[in-house]
Amino acid sequence: MSRHVAGAREEVLARLRGALADAPVPPEVPRAYRLRGTLEPGHPELVEQFVDRLLDYRATVIRAEGDVAAAVRSVLPSGAVRYAPGLPGAWRPGGTEPDSDALGPQELDSVAAVLTGSVVAIAETGTIVLDHSPLCGRRALTLVPDVHVCVVRQQDIVQTVPEALGRLDPARPLTLISGPSATSDIELDRVEGVHGPRTLIVVIA
Amino acid sequence: MTTFLGMPGPPASAGSELSGTQPFPAAARVALGNSRLRRNLTKATGVIRAKRAAAVEEVADWEELRAAGEAIKASAMARLPALLIQLEEQVTARGGIVHWARDAEEANAIVVDLARDKGAEEVVKVKSMVTQEINLNAALEAAGVRAIETDLAELIVQLGHDKPSHILVPAIHRGRAEIREIFLDRMPGLDPDTLTDDPGQLADVARAYLREAFLRATVAVSGANFAVAETGTLTVVESEGNGRMCLTLPETLITVMGIEKVIPTWRDLEVFLQLLPRSSTGERMNPYTSTWSGVSAGDGPAEFHLILLDNGRTRVLADPDGRSALHCIRCSACLNVCPVYERAGGHAYGSVYPGPIGAILSPQLTGLTGDSVNDSLPFASSLCGACEEVCPVKIPIPAQLVRLRAEHTEAYADGHRVPSAEAASMRAMAWMMSDAKRFARAGTSARLGRLAIRRGRPVVPLPPPLSGWSSSRDVPDPPAETFRQWWSRTRGGERP
Repeated sequence: MSRHVAGAREEVLARLRGALADAPVPPEVPRAYRLRGTLEPGHPELVEQFVDRLLDYRATVIRAEGDVAAAVRSVLPSGAVRYAPGLPGAWRPGGTEPDSDALGPQELDSVAAVLTGSVVAIAETGTIVLDHSPLCGRRALTLVPDVHVCVVRQQDIVQTVPEALGRLDPARPLTLISGPSATSDIELDRVEGVHGPRTLIVVIA
Repeated sequence: MTTFLGMPGPPASAGSELSGTQPFPAAARVALGNSRLRRNLTKATGVIRAKRAAAVEEVADWEELRAAGEAIKASAMARLPALLIQLEEQVTARGGIVHWARDAEEANAIVVDLARDKGAEEVVKVKSMVTQEINLNAALEAAGVRAIETDLAELIVQLGHDKPSHILVPAIHRGRAEIREIFLDRMPGLDPDTLTDDPGQLADVARAYLREAFLRATVAVSGANFAVAETGTLTVVESEGNGRMCLTLPETLITVMGIEKVIPTWRDLEVFLQLLPRSSTGERMNPYTSTWSGVSAGDGPAEFHLILLDNGRTRVLADPDGRSALHCIRCSACLNVCPVYERAGGHAYGSVYPGPIGAILSPQLTGLTGDSVNDSLPFASSLCGACEEVCPVKIPIPAQLVRLRAEHTEAYADGHRVPSAEAASMRAMAWMMSDAKRFARAGTSARLGRLAIRRGRPVVPLPPPLSGWSSSRDVPDPPAETFRQWWSRTRGGERP
């Protein structure tokens, strides 16, 4: 499918085969590392650890005691709020509108906050994963606006990275979020909130 | 002489940023005189070392993860042609377009053509070591396309007309006041009276400046940390969010990737997503990791191009003892523990890949001739071995350094009829040591050396090549008598 330099593909492959003329045997990969944690997904200790990690990187965390929409309403800023189109109705308070493809990057820039779900979270690393299904919304939705309110269900909180990847579909675009954006490029002084939402609010459902 | 069983691929293009203008000792001497650089490096490497150590100590199965990481990479190198073909199939099946580039020039030409096709006057770039290596920005500028670096450090380097000095924190050689100056000089609309050198404020300025660029960009160029052959999935691991911006907002995404970055299966990512953040920034997980396979309707770029780059990598692969240098996941842990890097900094290595990994990778990409600047790189080491201990994929860097030194020596000998001063000295020593009487006489005359050494320093400066040793080391005092003389005098210690 490359319309560029004809023969480059064949030549690189030929070089590769020539380079491997010593026929190295691919080693067996030892998988002796932890494939899963000791706690089942959604275990209260995992939820605690997850919340700890979030607070560590200064996300705002609230627990929805049954009423997610009420919890969300309590943290939404004023202004235009868009939600991921596949968000369950019970999670969104009134006065919010669904995301629309008609909103380009410039329009998204004027949205005050976005509200989405998530598909899995990792307790040990404080990571939230979006798979950009209708529940999570398209990638630009959680990238351009400055406030992201994200609902994480307790049963989706797993202990380890391998467990999380096992639940994800690589055919979908994925975004793993573990804290606000940050840079230490200026004299190694960590500065937060460079690009992407500067405020992350997590609602534990 | 190292024997390649296969035909080694050609070295990287001469125009690649893989070699400096002077050998390491000369370049390092210049760098050592820069006290701001040394202060920044000492602070930076010290902080990152401590963070990394803490992050790794938390992980009970760290050694098991390293073992898996090493094996996955070795397995991938052994099966590289088949994996690249699989990657190409999978990316294509998901709507991406795959290009192959033999060298830097070819890769640059592809990017320039694509940018022109799209009528783009500028492209936004996510930090990518490989695009630094091939000098992509220069090729784009020459074609009238402005390349905007969006990583804060790369932006600082670009605006400052500079070169990166560290894989992870490329602008570490710049202090905050310098950065403020650079911004005032190159960014429009900034007021010198209100702009301080506070890092937070500087980052805000960069955010605003770059946000405009992101929102209007139509073409983005990125690299990739990993590419999964099984599923055609690419991965970008980052902290600032500019990666997400570039990977999501423009209509066209071009990813340039070294062929060694491919890993076999989706599952393998679970190992590297643990090894990389803890080894590089000392975090449990970096703020943002993005993965994508091809294109997704209504979400992100409508067109995705993947450029697979050789540029000397097949040459490295051809050496069974050298190919582990291709396992590198660019964490920079080895840079941060290296006593030489800490003092000399990245520029002294002359390559976009500096430090311990650079000392073995850069010369293998460009080829050792005996005389090239990169021939000096394997010697830029005290062989302390700290690098190997922290390498998340267990690359045997010290062993490779020693091997490359031997290769250099042989390459030099092959190319020169007159032996180097070092080689001549070695031959003289060999002659002296190959006969017992000669050896004994040499020992006797060494006693006279006592007169020539006072308090660890030669009384009269030694000529080269000996001065290479004595100019920065104390010379031990020669003993009153040689071992043989002592033995014969005391009959092996029986008599006092």
